[in-house]
Amino acid sequence: MARFPTVLRKAARRGGHAGILVFFVTFLAFPFYWMMITTFKTTQDLYNTANNPYLFNTPPTLNHLQVLFNDTQYLQWLANTAFVGVLVVIITLAFAVPAGYALARMTGAWAQNLGIAIFLTYLVPPTILFIPFSRIIAELGLQDSLWSLVLVYPSFTIPFCTWLLMGFFKAIPRDLEDAAMIDGLSRLGAFIKVVIPISMAGVLTAIIFAFTLVTQEFVYGVTFITSSAHYTVSVGVPTFLVRGDVYFWGSMMGACLIASIPIALIYNLFVDRFVAGFTVGAVK
Amino acid sequence: MATVETRRLTKHFDGVRAVDGIEMTAREGEFLVLLGPSGCGKTTLMRMIAGLERPTAGDIVIDGRVVTDLPPRERNIAMVFQSYALYPHLTVEKNISFPLRAVGTDRAEIGRKVAWAARMFGIERFLDRKPRQLSGGERQRVALARAVVREPVVFLLDEPLSNLDAKLRNSARDELKNFQRTLGTTTIYVTHDQAEAMGLGDRIAVLNQGRICQVGTPQEIYSRPADIFVATFIGSPPMNLIEDDVGYLGFRPEAFLPHGVEGGDDNITFPFRVTRLEYLGADRLVYGVLAERTPESHVISKIPTNIRTEIAAGGQYDFVVRRQDIQRFDRKSGQRMNGAG
Repeated sequence: MARFPTVLRKAARRGGHAGILVFFVTFLAFPFYWMMITTFKTTQDLYNTANNPYLFNTPPTLNHLQVLFNDTQYLQWLANTAFVGVLVVIITLAFAVPAGYALARMTGAWAQNLGIAIFLTYLVPPTILFIPFSRIIAELGLQDSLWSLVLVYPSFTIPFCTWLLMGFFKAIPRDLEDAAMIDGLSRLGAFIKVVIPISMAGVLTAIIFAFTLVTQEFVYGVTFITSSAHYTVSVGVPTFLVRGDVYFWGSMMGACLIASIPIALIYNLFVDRFVAGFTVGAVK
Repeated sequence: MATVETRRLTKHFDGVRAVDGIEMTAREGEFLVLLGPSGCGKTTLMRMIAGLERPTAGDIVIDGRVVTDLPPRERNIAMVFQSYALYPHLTVEKNISFPLRAVGTDRAEIGRKVAWAARMFGIERFLDRKPRQLSGGERQRVALARAVVREPVVFLLDEPLSNLDAKLRNSARDELKNFQRTLGTTTIYVTHDQAEAMGLGDRIAVLNQGRICQVGTPQEIYSRPADIFVATFIGSPPMNLIEDDVGYLGFRPEAFLPHGVEGGDDNITFPFRVTRLEYLGADRLVYGVLAERTPESHVISKIPTNIRTEIAAGGQYDFVVRRQDIQRFDRKSGQRMNGAG
């Protein structure tokens, strides 16, 4: 008799668990589904409000992708985004890794204030910063060059990644560095051979974040780049696939889908490490 | 093998004197234990010897060479940390060979030495594992193997047994002493556990508030403590102290026994009012106060269980201490005054 409610409670708990999972999976996967179905829908199907929006009511089409690849410079934009992204990631790591380590190991109120100050720079919005930046870009003669973005994007990726990496480095016991220094390495050697390999999850997290921030950036891209051959995906797609009040929904969704799939795949490959990254210091 | 010497070694942290002018020498091949309560400066002292902290003043001499300004890697020492500090991303084998690879030892030599160190600590089976797959005791052996593999002139051990459970700690203590004897390497060992210090040390340096109170063999430290701090820090339960007009009288609980048990005629008798008894298996602990004394002096007697004298709480008995077992301490300085009371 007393057992029955226990079994019931267990079942309810399991059901609730599954319900929550189903809800979130649906919620998170829906944008991908929407992008995919819109990419392949005919325009008539898309605009007819009598149709079921979640299904193909007329046979799917490749027209939108043809528009995307033949009538726009989409591949060029992808290449531009990748070019800027890779360079920005490299620059970001070159600054954020040593800075994060220094902030993690420095003691006293001074270090903490410095860390907060670095983070505050991340909070200044691009909509304000692009005015002084455009002057700097002009002085350097980098108007309409991808190098202007390579120069400007680290202004938000470095503070963000410094903060992120600081958390990772703080979680590494100092004993490990001390041991490495006694075992024959210099402080720099201990940092490179012990600290960096152990915080690889953090470095990966920083790489993916920096790259994602670059991929989605719009304000600087639209301000500093004027010719379509130099656009990044996030600027090129809305510029060319929205003409007046005509939205090329199918092509836009196709462009978004193609740009987001690689990042989604990378996220999934490292999802365990990500979780570890976000909860670092919280567990122990 | 080498001697380690500190000369007026001092370390201030924000005005606090963590280590206050310590002069100390570890002799060649000696097992020297630094013993003291937490915060006494023993770990700071060891970290300065290792080169991980820069002294505020004073010098460190290893093997006749002043190393004060050398980085840790140039001191040819090895250290075992309380946390073991095993590199989590490397296998046991790579952990052990780390110090050799750091200095560019050739491959055949590395293989030979790793095998030798692994055999010494019986960890050949774990060489391919990562530290997280090992138990506490196994990790500790890996840490020791990593320390010996480079054949340093000095071992520094910072409470290496404190993360082990009580049972394992005893056997690990044994092994530690054995391997130190075998290698004959000068060893400095930090602990706050007096049983560990007594069991392991050739000599013990007792530290308090950044200073050395006494250096001596376990026997010397126990039977002739240099001051009140050492007297009460060493021994469990600690030495009884009673005040008299000159200073303090001190005697060990096991020297304070019921009248008639202690033979000889040079005894001092105290009337002892018993308040509480504890039965510990091998011993009885008898708590109480000395009657007819002001201020009231609380003392403890530790009686081996095979002495079966009837004692009950609430009763008053005559207890005796051999005169030679009584230490006298100066009231002001707390230093032991010459000879027995």
